[in-house]
Amino acid sequence: MLIPHPILGPRDAQEFTYLGPATLLDRPDGMAEGAGQAMFDYLYPRDNPAGPHRELWYHEQGDRSWLIVTRDTVTHEITGAELVKP
Amino acid sequence: MAYSGFRLFAEALRGHRGWRPLWRDPEPQADYDIVIVGGGGHGLSTAYYLATRFGQARVAVLEKGWLGSGNIGRNTTIIRSNYLLPGNQPFYELSMKLWEGLEQDFNLNAMVSQRGVLNLCHTDAQRDAYRRRGNAMILSGADAELLDAEGVRAMYPFLNFDNARFPIKGGLLQRRGGTARHDGVAWGYARGADRRGVDIIQHCEVTGFLVEDGVCKGVETNRGTIRAAKVGVAVAGSTGRVMAKAGMRLPIESFALQAFVTEGLKPCIDGVITFGAGHFYISQSDKGGLVFGGDIDSYNSYAQRGNLPVVEDVAEGGMALMPMIGRARVLRSWGGVMDMSMDGSPIIDRTGIPGLYLNAGWCYGGFKATPASGFCFAHLLSTDTPHEVARAYRLDRFARGALIDEKGAGAQPNLH
Ligand SMILES: Cc1cc2nc3c(=O)[nH]c(=O)nc-3n(C[C@H](O)[C@H](O)[C@H](O)COP(=O)(O)OP(=O)(O)OC[C@H]3O[C@@H](n4cnc5c(N)ncnc54)[C@H](O)[C@@H]3O)c2cc1C
Repeated sequence: MLIPHPILGPRDAQEFTYLGPATLLDRPDGMAEGAGQAMFDYLYPRDNPAGPHRELWYHEQGDRSWLIVTRDTVTHEITGAELVKP
Repeated sequence: MAYSGFRLFAEALRGHRGWRPLWRDPEPQADYDIVIVGGGGHGLSTAYYLATRFGQARVAVLEKGWLGSGNIGRNTTIIRSNYLLPGNQPFYELSMKLWEGLEQDFNLNAMVSQRGVLNLCHTDAQRDAYRRRGNAMILSGADAELLDAEGVRAMYPFLNFDNARFPIKGGLLQRRGGTARHDGVAWGYARGADRRGVDIIQHCEVTGFLVEDGVCKGVETNRGTIRAAKVGVAVAGSTGRVMAKAGMRLPIESFALQAFVTEGLKPCIDGVITFGAGHFYISQSDKGGLVFGGDIDSYNSYAQRGNLPVVEDVAEGGMALMPMIGRARVLRSWGGVMDMSMDGSPIIDRTGIPGLYLNAGWCYGGFKATPASGFCFAHLLSTDTPHEVARAYRLDRFARGALIDEKGAGAQPNLH
């Protein structure tokens, strides 16, 4: 599998480690009202779609950037990769 | 039709013309007391125990493909009860006890072979952890033996004991663990359930749930609506997809797991061996092929096949453990889709929708659970109370923080 890195071009997926869905970027405020429920919703239930999936890959053996990759979980076709905005 | 040595002899004399199909191919009826979605190992064993132990006769199993087309026909057939945590170990030990009586129970040779499962350890800390695990196993009524390096050498002299990085220091042995013939398990349960009146309906895909006033009253399928007082879902790797049709998001992600088999070789590995420094496990089938596997592919997948990096990783694990494997040629490899839960442990529970029940989250270890999973799911479906050993497998444990995380890996399924 090749991941089209926005800066480095196509890179072997083996250079990356995989974390999970891109929704993991939206960490709720642990101090806010109702944080318990918000943390649960953030951490455990997943869409787990059969089809396009926005997901986080870390270029560990490369430039150490985090990417949001859009990949089909049935065909493994990758239709996009963008840098995670800081 | 019952199997016996006498029957086999009589059939041999008659040119084996008397054997009949093991189960009927019925049309779906309009309604049932209980409908099980998914004709894998867990769905079939649930139906079998519903019929044999809980007196439920109006039961159907709906399978979208053919019987045994999912993970029940794809796994590496290892059975064991060597867990640590109190939420898990009594459940898996019940499963082991059911395995021990299974073939007599359903009168089919499932080739249950208690050839021993040996987990190798490579550091002092790992040995301590195995000692603790062994004690937990013994407390649950299971068997466990801690071997030193010489004990391991006496069993498997060909292992790479003096590997500079991962020397073998010993191992935790469960002699009652072993393997079983996965297809035979599906067939035995299917035949046993069918004989007691359960309708096993293949090529019947559930496409939605019939929910009236917030209560589940049946399922929509490609062969029409089927009403049921209770619906139990046991679709393993498809759990996310199927439960989404009931509007549910679950603490589960789907990943592909691969397995490999070599050409047939002379007998050389008579038990199951697992490498403790990487993820690699191996046994030898009765036909002689070495059957082995390792990690799941690291990213979400609904493809019933894996990718090459894991093949390489598994091969490296094999070479580190037993260099002689480098001479064997791989004949086949395949993959199945695993329902990886957020703590690595399963769910057998009611759902937020009355009448709808869930059996899922088996990760890569649900084959050994097949008997107990079916037994406990049948218990829940027919009595509406969880079986004693499955009480921890609640869907709400994630919200309560009562996780059963054997590996301590946290909410990241690809690490379990
Ligand atoms: C390569 C590999 C190796 C493994 N090795 C081991 C091992 O050594 N030991 C161990 O304990 N476990 C092992 N496992 C795990 C084990 O196989 C699974 O956890 C277990 O089989 C899952 O339960 P099941 O048998 O009910 O699943 P399945 O056989 O997958 O049954 C689920 C069924 O649901 C059906 N289905 C899906 N959607 C629908 C729908 N909409 N309508 C109707 N039916 C539907 C599917 O077609 C499928 O037949 C392994 C798995 C794999 C893939």
